Amino acid sequence: MISKKDVQHIAKLARLGVTKKEEGKFRKELSSILDYFNLLKGVNVSRVEPTFHPAEHFLNRKLNITREDIEKPQKSEVKNELVEAAPQRKNRHIKVKAIFQ
Amino acid sequence: MELRKLTISQAHQGLLKKKFSALELTKAFLDRIKKVDKEISAYLTVTEKLALSQAKKIDDLISVGRNISVLAGIPLAVKDNILIEGIKLSCASKILEDYIAPYDATCIEKLKKLGAVILGKTNLDEFAMGSSTENSAFFPTKNPYDLTRVPGGTSGGSAAAVAADLCCYALGSDTGGSIRQPASFCGVVGLKPTYGAVSRYGLVAFASSLDQIGPITKTAEDAKIVFEAISGKDPKDSTSVESKTPNPKPQIPKLKIGVPKEYFIKGMDPEVEKVIKTAIKKFENLGAKIEKVSLAHTKYALATYYLITNSEASANLARYDGIKYGLSSSLSLSQGEGSNVKTLLDVYLQSRAEGFGDEVKRRIMLGTYALSAGYYDAYYLRAQRVRTLIKEDFDKAFQKVDIILTPTSPTPAFKIGEKIKDPLLMYLSDIFTVSPNLVGLPAVSIPVGFVGKLPVGLQIIGKPFEENKILKIGQVIAT
Repeated sequence: MISKKDVQHIAKLARLGVTKKEEGKFRKELSSILDYFNLLKGVNVSRVEPTFHPAEHFLNRKLNITREDIEKPQKSEVKNELVEAAPQRKNRHIKVKAIFQ
Repeated sequence: MELRKLTISQAHQGLLKKKFSALELTKAFLDRIKKVDKEISAYLTVTEKLALSQAKKIDDLISVGRNISVLAGIPLAVKDNILIEGIKLSCASKILEDYIAPYDATCIEKLKKLGAVILGKTNLDEFAMGSSTENSAFFPTKNPYDLTRVPGGTSGGSAAAVAADLCCYALGSDTGGSIRQPASFCGVVGLKPTYGAVSRYGLVAFASSLDQIGPITKTAEDAKIVFEAISGKDPKDSTSVESKTPNPKPQIPKLKIGVPKEYFIKGMDPEVEKVIKTAIKKFENLGAKIEKVSLAHTKYALATYYLITNSEASANLARYDGIKYGLSSSLSLSQGEGSNVKTLLDVYLQSRAEGFGDEVKRRIMLGTYALSAGYYDAYYLRAQRVRTLIKEDFDKAFQKVDIILTPTSPTPAFKIGEKIKDPLLMYLSDIFTVSPNLVGLPAVSIPVGFVGKLPVGLQIIGKPFEENKILKIGQVIAT
């Protein structure tokens, strides 16, 4: 069983605000799921390579595909739409709380 | 003729022969949505204006005698985690409540070019995390066969919409069964394509090494039409590929079918097992050779799946920060005196606390834990190694057989509320569908019978890029 402190630590890493009441609930729920995950401890994987990409073996080609490093100018409407999606703006800038105290 | 009951090919023929117009067809569905969707709750957004204007364009083309594609003028529904330019996109989450998609997903761009008519956006489990569509932040969707039961998930809105004739076909997304399991629960066809077959550009990312977009349709033939329309290489998704795999018409008498013993387990509904075994017997009667195969690491698949997807999700969902778009606690009314949103960190913590539901929070935390210092090797990396063993099981089996048959789900549709309080119990309903995603293989759920009044789906798993083959085989057996 993970501790309440663990829950606080994970929540902070994940940038999730968690109330005191939720701490207890998540502690129980996460613990039971992690217990289930411990099933994998019974598998011998000492000589097994990981598969990060499911299609590696049948795509038959290099996995890292990069695009050319060139500018792709977009219409100003597109740019405006993206900026306008931000909850807080000043002119064409996205506004955030002060980062340094 | 009941327009709403037509398959894609039937509707296309009707349009060509001028038995009805695209506008009439579209209005038939819009009317039905108005009448019936109060009960089903399949749609989050109905895009009536867009649908009518798209339909009119097709009628204009038909009236001047232009050739039209088989999907032109045919109304579809789109899962609300796929972007359509200018239309609200929520992922059934509060954190995206007022978000308007700034561009089209590649599959939408392709369908629009073919003249498709978009009726609206369908309900899902928040961020496609769940198995019943009960995790929607807005409302649960009901199973059209029994309104007290779930439609499955996460593409529950799309599957229910097809089953209840609220659209001609639909798009869903599938990370661990999210197209196939609801297709099974709602008695329709649902295809998860090979990883890379369909571009993921414009699909909201959940677990990027497993996510695929696919069709939910009334028939296997319709699924083939939609799959061919949306698949192919896309420069905007570096993992997409153009398949060159031939899919010749399968000869059932020459077919070697694998049945994995690990998929017929204790805890499975005996009535479901009976329906599936009858379907397998049908293939045998048609001359196919049935072979027992072993997928020995099946019992580890679910834990492997949840470790990998939660880890990928915890990274993918970091973008919802209350800064760039969506819900933000920096705007909330609690801003005044005594507000606890003072620093940038507070904005992150509060926006995500308010915007995400419990299941999304659980998965982000589990993923964060599995990736964190000291646990990475024991959880995340170990799961990726077990994934290799699961892949090797399938490689071995497919050396002997052409396709693999399993139940899509161990039970028919369950009751609303039955599993929602126990996250682990809910996870177990994905037990037969997660493996094809882990190894990238195509798989389809085909309706093959009923338990009482509830539909049951057969899962057909194929070799990479053999979607059309498994769909053709499915067509033979569909009820």
